[in-house]
Amino acid sequence: MLANVNVRAAIVSIAILAVLLIAWEASVPGGAIGGDEELSEYEMLTGGGSTSGSSIPAPSAVISHAITELSDPFYDRGTNDKGIGTQLLYSVGRVLTGYGFAVLLAVPLGFVIGMSPVMQKALNPYIQVLRPISPLAWMPLALFIIQDSIKSAIFVIFICSIWPILVNTAFGVASVKKDLLNVAKTLELSPLKTAITVILPAAAPTILTGMRIAVGISWLVIVAAEMLVGGTGIGYYVWNEWNNLDLTSVIFSILMIGVVGMILDTLLASATRMVQYAD
Amino acid sequence: MSNPFLKVENLKKTFPGPRGEPPLTVFENVNFGVEKGEFICVIGHSGCGKSTILNVMAGLDDATDGYVFMDGKEIKGTSLDRGVIFQNHSLLPWKSALSNVIFAVKARWPGWSRDKIRAHAMKYIEMVGLQGAEHRRPSQLSGGMRQRVGIARAFAIEPKLLLMDEPFGALDALTRGTIQDELLDIWSKTNQTVFMITHDVDEAILLSDRILLMTNGPNAQVAEAVEVDIPRPRTRETLIKHDQYYQIRNHLVDFLVRRSKELSGKVTDTQTVRVGGADEGSASAGNDDSRQAAAGGS
Ligand SMILES: Nc1ncnc2c1ncn2[C@@H]1O[C@H](COP(=O)(O)OP(=O)(O)O)[C@@H](O)[C@H]1O
Ligand SMILES: [Mg+2]
Repeated sequence: MLANVNVRAAIVSIAILAVLLIAWEASVPGGAIGGDEELSEYEMLTGGGSTSGSSIPAPSAVISHAITELSDPFYDRGTNDKGIGTQLLYSVGRVLTGYGFAVLLAVPLGFVIGMSPVMQKALNPYIQVLRPISPLAWMPLALFIIQDSIKSAIFVIFICSIWPILVNTAFGVASVKKDLLNVAKTLELSPLKTAITVILPAAAPTILTGMRIAVGISWLVIVAAEMLVGGTGIGYYVWNEWNNLDLTSVIFSILMIGVVGMILDTLLASATRMVQYAD
Repeated sequence: MSNPFLKVENLKKTFPGPRGEPPLTVFENVNFGVEKGEFICVIGHSGCGKSTILNVMAGLDDATDGYVFMDGKEIKGTSLDRGVIFQNHSLLPWKSALSNVIFAVKARWPGWSRDKIRAHAMKYIEMVGLQGAEHRRPSQLSGGMRQRVGIARAFAIEPKLLLMDEPFGALDALTRGTIQDELLDIWSKTNQTVFMITHDVDEAILLSDRILLMTNGPNAQVAEAVEVDIPRPRTRETLIKHDQYYQIRNHLVDFLVRRSKELSGKVTDTQTVRVGGADEGSASAGNDDSRQAAAGGS
């Protein structure tokens, strides 16, 4: 029954993709045979592709571009000519660095807030004011203080990852059942031991849900941050290809951003499943 | 009785009243002792403060007034010497049955080797008849099996005093009966001192050496300590063939439906009561005496 559902879902998915691709291909003049060159010529004739709907490359062009790019994703031929894989690695590296620091800070701090009503009340106003700030709004300040564009991008990731992890950790820790804490007390566990062996596993699913939200937001933000600071990374790459009016590349990059985001989310989802428990 | 193993003296608990209202004294003037190896049950209407007394004895709550001594030392905070079985199984849901017991054993004897800890835990898993299910998590066990794990965990750390707060309250009657028999069996093997709260009169008679009866709250008190000298080993089957069983049962039910309310706030001393026995006439007279003594003292 379940297999049946999966098979049917897969058939519908593929059908939708086929219809979309055919409609897209058909709407592009000369798309079915045309490749990169032909489109660029057309663009030059009409004086720039951005204003004309017909300048969108055909899916076949995107696919052939994807095959070329993915056959050698990690090449590096100078500043403005790096493989898509190299650019994605730069971005993922920044996300993981900023995100890693956020985890290191937000999880212990969330524990403190979750365990102490005083700290919860004391820190809550700060969290409520800082949390709604768009992470990119920090960028000018970060650039001024850190004086380094890469580090500033990492800082922006750090800032946007903190809030979901902090809030979820505090919530998860505060909602650990009193019964379990009483068990820890009657077993004379030290506060540290209680935190590690009782509270942490009890709150882990909630904490990891926060971490999953955070990694999703980080991946959204890094693209925008790299468009601002430039240099390397997938965000810069997309913007650069746009400046080159290479829409095939732009579409391909957009798809790759989606794929990497999905992979990051899947990793965190399976980590969440590992610590999940039934009550 | 002057220096029992566990001594509760003039215990009183007052909660601050909700806005503007006077504070609420849940119970006061609570005095009783527990001897080593004794099985004590407490019966009283819901809200009279049974759980609060148990939590004070466990060190999870503080009394407003009065003391609890164990082995001559005043109780301050929780201790591995006082095991607790809560009404809700309170097992760690991410650990298997065996790991839950191991967790407690490890806390009790941190110096033990892995193998020794495991063997010790397994012994108690077997004692409650859970061998074969020891690798299941609580969510994969029935309510009765979960409570059995709780019992195994509490007995495994071999506390000097075992406190149980309506441990079988959430179980169906059949399961409850089986576990009661098992509990009696383990108790007789281990010589464990037990203080248990129940609202089940039959459960109290089956298990107890003495039953403490509490009047209704607020200002609840322990009115009587009923001695149950039905010979052991007892089982649910043989128990109901005892004349004394019905006399004690009637006495307890009468207390719960009538006297717990009448005596509320009027008790000066906890009366030790023996119901039934060889001579039924004198037993019921003793019963009357205690009631008069209690009433006259007010
Ligand atoms: N934290 C608290 N604040 C105020 N009142 C409380 C608190 N905890 C318990 N009580 C009151 O104390 C009384 C006794 O509670 P409890 O010990 O749970 O009774 P029992 O276990 O006999 O049913 C109840 O009337 C309850 O409302
Ligand atoms: Mg209770």
